[in-house]
Amino acid sequence: MPLILFWFLATLSVVAALGVVLQRNPVHCLLALVLTLLTIAVLFIGQGAVVVGFLQAIVYAGAIMVLFLFVIWLLNLPVETGSTGRLAAKLLGAIGVAALLAELEVFWVPSHLQVKAAGHVAGYGAIDALSQTLFSEYLIAFEVTSVLLLVAVVGAVALARRTTETEIQQRPENSARPEKAA
Amino acid sequence: MVQLNWLMELSAAIFAIGVAGFLARRNILVMFMSIELMLNAVNLAFVSLGSRMGTMDGQVIVFFVMTVAAAEAAVGLAIIISIFRNRETVHADDLTLLKW
Repeated sequence: MPLILFWFLATLSVVAALGVVLQRNPVHCLLALVLTLLTIAVLFIGQGAVVVGFLQAIVYAGAIMVLFLFVIWLLNLPVETGSTGRLAAKLLGAIGVAALLAELEVFWVPSHLQVKAAGHVAGYGAIDALSQTLFSEYLIAFEVTSVLLLVAVVGAVALARRTTETEIQQRPENSARPEKAA
Repeated sequence: MVQLNWLMELSAAIFAIGVAGFLARRNILVMFMSIELMLNAVNLAFVSLGSRMGTMDGQVIVFFVMTVAAAEAAVGLAIIISIFRNRETVHADDLTLLKW
């Protein structure tokens, strides 16, 4: 990845991430988040993780963000008029974030992590290399993921569907009430 | 060649912005977006380290993180819709049912 491209993407992603946090209109926050995700996808591709980069753009920036946008439209949210939240919480939050950033600066320095640099073999980041690893070493985790998605789908449907009037009447506590009143 | 240091710095910066957004914003949806920011910062760290070490493991874990994020978005947004239907609000400070 050319250096100038990295600096361009790094600046863009940090500015867009700040846009997520600072803008008042939720739709604008979401668009800034999509921009962050796309710049991170390009950073992935630039480092040789081609398949994951495209997945990031298609699945993350595409599908998941459309879900968010759909919910924002469904709820018909107003634009926040003023700053919300207490000053004390913001102050403590700012101190906490500064401490966290300092901690990450200390512990994420690669000389501490002792990364052994190695070259890329041919086909690194391609779909066959990814699936070779995914379906051999991480097979059990992959299967568990399918169960997770099934549970998430069932849970989302159970949470988001409306309870109908007849179901409320059929509940034991509701069906007993008229007799008590009579 | 981009130094690993800079990529990790960028990842740390995006993560910290995500934490700040989660703490400062009171709109549940925007708090949720801040969580996605944090997840992506960690993904970037995974891919950067994996790429430098020449292994595919980092990318496979990013694949799993994306799956978990999709599941989390589906369930979380369903909860938000359910809350909005009952309480007509997405403001986190208004939800005090479990507070004493």
